[in-house]
Amino acid sequence: MSSEAEAVSTQIQDAASPAPAAAPETKSMSIIVTKGSLDWAYPPFILATTAAAMGLPVTMFFTFYGLPLLFKKLDLQVTAAGNTAMKMPMMGGHIGLPNLVTAIPGVDAACSVMMKNLIKKKGVASIDDLRDMAVEVDVRMIACQMTLDLFEYSKDDMIDGIEIGGAATYIECATQSDINLFI
Amino acid sequence: MADHTLDAKGLNCPLPILKARKALKEVPADGILEILATDPGSVADFEAFCRQTGNELMEHSVDDSVYRFLIKHTGS
Repeated sequence: MSSEAEAVSTQIQDAASPAPAAAPETKSMSIIVTKGSLDWAYPPFILATTAAAMGLPVTMFFTFYGLPLLFKKLDLQVTAAGNTAMKMPMMGGHIGLPNLVTAIPGVDAACSVMMKNLIKKKGVASIDDLRDMAVEVDVRMIACQMTLDLFEYSKDDMIDGIEIGGAATYIECATQSDINLFI
Repeated sequence: MADHTLDAKGLNCPLPILKARKALKEVPADGILEILATDPGSVADFEAFCRQTGNELMEHSVDDSVYRFLIKHTGS
């Protein structure tokens, strides 16, 4: 191909496929957030804020039990029910709770208080703080419309700056992301 | 030597990285950010952070359980 022909072909290519908005080496990430307990709220917010800090555009799609993580007022709880791997450091060892014990009123609340104390003591960020940081670094947050309807939640109860969308909104985002996580 | 020092002692993952990201914004291009941390995981994490963002991890050392990182603001 002559250099002139090459130049023309480059021009045509440029016209046909406009340059991507971000530099080619920029990666992006999406996360589907499906769980809203105190423990499971951590992985998505930790990964979203860290990826954003490393320069990746990040989208979080909140669906089913993950949706309440967008509420203005968070009231996160943890339960040992059905979670045999949950052992808390106590009295020099690690103590888990039999499922039957978790059914006693107040046990989940006590577990949650213990977990929150541990979180504070170990210098781990609160979910409120991580979410604030995610908002600050422009993590895109989408609330699932179907979940809003299903559980009769209102967008008014949720933090500002979020979008409402459905499966197609997420899929479009996922096709453009290099990393897609389901948590 | 450093243009800015970030005290991230006592903070756990991912806070040292998130605070470093914020602090780097205050450091001029080619300026140096010093970070003090106690999270042992921060060694691998700051290496990865610098590789990904194009900032230069000039050195890291540990003294009495305190990790010290010097990052040159060469990237984003």
